[in-house]
Amino acid sequence: MNRLFMALLAVSMMALPACVTINIYFPAAAAEKAADKIIDEVWQLKKGEEKPAEQPVEGK
Amino acid sequence: MKKYFFALFALCVALEGVPSVQAAGADLEINTPAITALRTGMRARFREQLLPLYDSGAVGLSRDGLIAVRDANAVPLAQRQGVNSLVAAQNNDLNALYREIAAANGHPEWEAEVRNTFAQRWQQRAHPGWWYQDANGGWVKK
Repeated sequence: MNRLFMALLAVSMMALPACVTINIYFPAAAAEKAADKIIDEVWQLKKGEEKPAEQPVEGK
Repeated sequence: MKKYFFALFALCVALEGVPSVQAAGADLEINTPAITALRTGMRARFREQLLPLYDSGAVGLSRDGLIAVRDANAVPLAQRQGVNSLVAAQNNDLNALYREIAAANGHPEWEAEVRNTFAQRWQQRAHPGWWYQDANGGWVKK
């Protein structure tokens, strides 16, 4: 019986730091996604909005 | 002895349960009233005032996620003061944006990393012909 407790305890102890670390680190991918969403909006790079610039460029 | 193990086990389970709830949310919160107001304000400022300044190279994207006057000579003398105020107003909003995003997600200490992420994305997504500041502080034309 004691062995079972030991096993449970060991598993818990190992899992604990894994869960905690997730929150310590900065979520870089989510932050990039958030940045892109805001940049899209502020600079209006997506279609649907009239774009002031973007004149046709003649051959170089 | 058994009681002791039980207590430890329960403690571990309890500690594990709490943070995993937060970790499940994949997206950052960017829709608080404060952040939305900043987004709307910056969008209007871009459309109405900043776009020609980026296009002419008078103003560029700085390496710290803000904007800066790069070439004051590209602006007629009479308008230079206005451009300075415009840049200052935009930078106020940008600083507030990074601070608010970090705070809205429960980690005010993330502000610097939010700023770095934005600095990279602003530069990578700059229109051709715009100027940005590289890691050494020099200006580069996109």
